[in-house]
Amino acid sequence: MNGLAEKVKYWNPYLGGALLGLLLFLSIFVTSHGLGASGGVNRIAVAVEDLVVPEHVDKTPYIAKMAGGDRDPLAHWLVWEVAGIMLGGFVSGLLRGRVKVQTYHGPQISPHSRWAYAFVGGTLMGYGARMARGCTSGQGLSGGAVMSVGSWAFMFAIFAGGYGLAWFVRRLWQPEA
Amino acid sequence: MAPFDLVSLLGVTGSYFIYLAIGFAFGFILESSGFGDSRQLAAQFYFRELRVVKVMFTAIVVAMILIFWSTALGLLDYDQIWVSPTYLWPGIAGGLIMGIGFIIGGYCPGTSLVSAATLKLDGIFFLLGNITGMVIFGETAGLINTFWNSGYFGTFTLPELLHLETGIVVVLVTCLALGMFAGFEWIRGLIYGRAK
Repeated sequence: MNGLAEKVKYWNPYLGGALLGLLLFLSIFVTSHGLGASGGVNRIAVAVEDLVVPEHVDKTPYIAKMAGGDRDPLAHWLVWEVAGIMLGGFVSGLLRGRVKVQTYHGPQISPHSRWAYAFVGGTLMGYGARMARGCTSGQGLSGGAVMSVGSWAFMFAIFAGGYGLAWFVRRLWQPEA
Repeated sequence: MAPFDLVSLLGVTGSYFIYLAIGFAFGFILESSGFGDSRQLAAQFYFRELRVVKVMFTAIVVAMILIFWSTALGLLDYDQIWVSPTYLWPGIAGGLIMGIGFIIGGYCPGTSLVSAATLKLDGIFFLLGNITGMVIFGETAGLINTFWNSGYFGTFTLPELLHLETGIVVVLVTCLALGMFAGFEWIRGLIYGRAK
């Protein structure tokens, strides 16, 4: 029994992809920017830091650019896009009865160890996204559609990293062999 | 001609509502496509579900073609749109780290927002990890500054790299995506048999 067999009604991926492509185009057409997520999350992280240790933020060059002195890291379009993503995801989930407290995990691991792996993976992802100057949305989708060379190299690197490690961590996701 | 200067048209606050609306549609599409579920995303790397590749590359091809047409028709000024500059080495290294984070954590930053918004605890832990990783990068960015700025090519696009007309590259990328869809389906068939 694989964990995906339960009846979930998701859109056909080609339909979802086509709509996402249309949205990405409209975003670029109207605003000149594609879609983004990690940049907004980063600004929220910096805002929290600025609240706790403002003097330290002023002295750290990379974050001072966003929050040094009187600068408000939240006064940026990406922060609003992140708020929209959460709202849109919530409404979509609500309409389909998918808003409920639960943990998605592979059949061989417990929810508690899944939380630990999610946190560790998320930390790597957050670090990598800043190093790459964008995430799957900002670099991958948006840079991919405008044919940026760096974005295409980045995308293949993500898939290389994921596929390269997948076999070694198959216990996290795959049913028992 | 597009794109528009939203701030002078709508004011700063008005422009934020456009981005809120774009984000709303983005989150809605991600959740509807199954991207709030880490198992759906991770299954891509075992060829069990191919949603990640299908959604992502369909979106890229559709947007790319629409951008190309609207530029060719003179509706969109390509020089005004944001093309992320290429920093080759940190892009590749960051991508590899993200790929590793993806298969361990089960999400990427955008999909974890959707997952957290629908109260999935693994999505919330992933998002907390995200924030932690970003703070670590911000605090230590000075240590890798040289590397972080290496492989800089500025705005550098595939047609420039390949010395081909943009239209030709649009066709090539479309064919690449179609080939990937077929290739991934073929591999899934080999591993799991024809019936899903």
